[in-house]
Amino acid sequence: MKYYDKLIFELSRPGRRGYELPAGNYGTDALASLPGNLLREEAPELPEVSELDVVRHYTNLSNKNFGVDTGFYPLGSCTMKYNPKINEEVAAMPEFSALHPLQGEDTAQGALELYYNLQRALSNIAGLAEFTLNPYAGAHGELTGLMVMRQYHILRGDTKRTKVIVPDSAHGTNPASAMVAGLEVVEVKSKPNGSIDVEDLKPLLDDTVAGIMMTNPNTLGMFETEIVEIAKLVHDAGGLLYYDGANLNPMLGKVRPGDMGFDIMHINLHKTFSTPHGGGGPGSGPVGVAAHLVELLPAPRVVKDAEGRFHIEGKNDKSLGSVSSFLGNFGVMMKAYAYILSLGKENLKNVGPMATLNANYIKESLKDDYLLPIEGACKHEFVFDGLRDKSTGVTTLNVAKRLLDYGFHAPTIYFPLLFHESMMIEPTETESLETLDEFIEVMHKVAKEARENPDMVKNAPLTTPISHPDETTAAKKPILSYRQLKAEQ
Amino acid sequence: MSNRFIPHTEEDIRVMLDRIGVQSVDDLYNDIPAEVIFKEDYDIPSAMSEMELRRHFSELGAKNRTLKVFAGGGVYDHYSPSVISHLLSRSEFYTAYTPYQPEISQGTLQYIFEYQSMISELTGMESTNASMYDGATAAAEVMFMMVASVRKKNRVLLSATLPENVLEVVRTYAGFHGVDLTLVPEKEGVTDLEAMKVELRAGDVAGVLLPCPNRYGIVEDFTGFADAVHEVKGMMAVYADPSALAVLRTPAEWGADVACGDGQTLGMPMQFGGPYLGFISCKSHMLRKMPGRVVGATTDASGKRCYVLTLQAREQHIRREKATSNICSNQSLMALYATIYLSLMGRKGLVEVNRLSADGAHYLHDKLVASGKFTPAFDKPFLKEFTLKTGLDVKAMNARLLEKGFMGPLDLGNGMVEFAVTENRTREEIDEFVNIILEA
Repeated sequence: MKYYDKLIFELSRPGRRGYELPAGNYGTDALASLPGNLLREEAPELPEVSELDVVRHYTNLSNKNFGVDTGFYPLGSCTMKYNPKINEEVAAMPEFSALHPLQGEDTAQGALELYYNLQRALSNIAGLAEFTLNPYAGAHGELTGLMVMRQYHILRGDTKRTKVIVPDSAHGTNPASAMVAGLEVVEVKSKPNGSIDVEDLKPLLDDTVAGIMMTNPNTLGMFETEIVEIAKLVHDAGGLLYYDGANLNPMLGKVRPGDMGFDIMHINLHKTFSTPHGGGGPGSGPVGVAAHLVELLPAPRVVKDAEGRFHIEGKNDKSLGSVSSFLGNFGVMMKAYAYILSLGKENLKNVGPMATLNANYIKESLKDDYLLPIEGACKHEFVFDGLRDKSTGVTTLNVAKRLLDYGFHAPTIYFPLLFHESMMIEPTETESLETLDEFIEVMHKVAKEARENPDMVKNAPLTTPISHPDETTAAKKPILSYRQLKAEQ
Repeated sequence: MSNRFIPHTEEDIRVMLDRIGVQSVDDLYNDIPAEVIFKEDYDIPSAMSEMELRRHFSELGAKNRTLKVFAGGGVYDHYSPSVISHLLSRSEFYTAYTPYQPEISQGTLQYIFEYQSMISELTGMESTNASMYDGATAAAEVMFMMVASVRKKNRVLLSATLPENVLEVVRTYAGFHGVDLTLVPEKEGVTDLEAMKVELRAGDVAGVLLPCPNRYGIVEDFTGFADAVHEVKGMMAVYADPSALAVLRTPAEWGADVACGDGQTLGMPMQFGGPYLGFISCKSHMLRKMPGRVVGATTDASGKRCYVLTLQAREQHIRREKATSNICSNQSLMALYATIYLSLMGRKGLVEVNRLSADGAHYLHDKLVASGKFTPAFDKPFLKEFTLKTGLDVKAMNARLLEKGFMGPLDLGNGMVEFAVTENRTREEIDEFVNIILEA
């Protein structure tokens, strides 16, 4: 295929158009009636292109992308499972997509019923009392959940509780969300196997601690076996437990966060519940809470009355406020709801076990060539510390880039920060044994290449549309728009 | 175990367990304390086939009513050209992950670059990020951005004429983060410049957030605002409707340092409140305080033009608790939506959308006022949304409209009602709408 690198602006020809509008015939000229100083002086430089220009341009761009439908994504902590097609169709149904968020409860009972049903399903799956679906993404859910945590202490008059404990292996959003919520981060150390060091935790639990943020399984894919003790310690010290749902997938059918003692959690619908990542969003990050925290959830809330009618509730006295313009990314929730119904109670419980089986299968198949720092059964993912043979100089980055040549997405690399050459692999349950075997074969092949022809691997990727972008210059002298790009040329 | 989304046969499972060296899948969960293992069934319905699923969604859908919308409040019934949904359903776009591997993500990276370019054209600013969750959260991030850009000032002024849901979200974020907010009162439906100047004199103001158009649909005149704010070394931000910026004086032309807003007006389906996108644009002096992803142009090893995520040193995965924001995603697919919409409409089409919407709105406005049952709430210029006062029973009026399939105006209380008209409405619909209103 011919290499395509035009920008839509470069296709523009004055007078060309990609739209047609009706005439209107209002006999008014509203724009002319506006005072001149309220109108912009210079027209925006938007492209002037035909409809076919647009279609071909973006189709060409799509060909330069890799997606789940293109190939396997062993991307740790991202849960890149298959995105069912029926979900896209039902979410686009005009009976839902044409609903105005303020059109009132009476004409949106179907949408509210779906919303309510999803709240109930998630509450049951999480073992918690209630969910809000308002947060737009995982990080937004974290922020909302931490606001619940702070609001809980504030309402009790316990305002000195401003510290949140975060494991040193946590994802960067955890400390960043804590900062935005006005909490101070205290790191708790991990043991060599990646789990929280309970002895290190104990002295941190004083009366300034609002709570702890954890994932379980943790970032290394290992279950925190001391969770029951940790929950007791934190609760006894007056704190709350926050569950980062990034790693929820392997727990489906096996363990519920509420039963482990967590008080607050978020779920990434775009991970565990199959909604597409969309190249970075839109996601959805519902937040669930235990019974004593329900009133603190953000407004608006969807509730059901005794007659079975659904209502949108505004802010109560205890609510933390609002984190969204309306009820969140409703279109994304529709897809997650469709996924839950497609699997149903019979199959949803198999998601966790099969995801875990897939991860362990890859781990055991590759540990001869790749360094496995932590032995034992992992859950949905695991971490290699690069190639076992360090003498070749081939790094995790090189291996990741070489995988692109073989039609696989790269694993998550250089995270977690506990190892120098982290390579985090998560296959999800939707991949077949054949796909896993192909991936394992290629990983072995790359290890062999690293021994026999390390320079070639260091130069990878060799077959992708572009090679080694100059990221240093991009950051030093940022060019962020076509206008700037033109000025540079 | 097998289902249409889970491919494992019994034989597959046996092969895999053998390789791993355990007897059963349960053995992989042996490390979990028995007391926390979930032994029941989920309390959710049984699995549905596609046919059953479709039927269920149709049943739910039948409990909704799609209306001819004559209200806004931040969400407008603009037309969505057919091309967009076709291109968005290319699974190379929607099943892709965040473009952390630029070699196989040039499609995503390039459309984000085009998106940034187009939003910068609309706002008049130099730089735009890859998008935020929605308008209200973008406004909250802009509040933080202004505080971070100015030394030792922790107060932000919000115009009382900002949309209520934007104020609510900004208040929530500010409350937890510890930023002081002051509401600048309105005077005759617009931000009171003199009242703002009084607040600025206190010397502790980091920035000011102003709406364009405002919560009543009024296009405010910000003459003198930027000078007043900059005189005390504060920042000025404008919360704008990006569609309207095709015709309205831009935030940059008003002298603002930052612009933000919600992208729903760029033809996005109303979808009961989301997904849409939030945007943030800024002048270059604010760039390194701007939250969120940013895509930049560069070249690859062979000199080919290409695009990468850049300026990542500001972001949470590098800076952790010292990051400018906790945002870890963007509304990427909705940014693609906006980009395709703006490509189709182009520089002339977006002006035409505004003209048609505003002509319809003014036609409706004039008819309602001519009826004698409505008077303008404020004598101020507007585009597609406007506020009137009426002695009519608003609830009864909206109920009558609903019966005939119309979403009537938003009830602002005290006899104030707010209407909106887009290019999606026709003159015939407006005439019928007015007739129903005047039946009383």
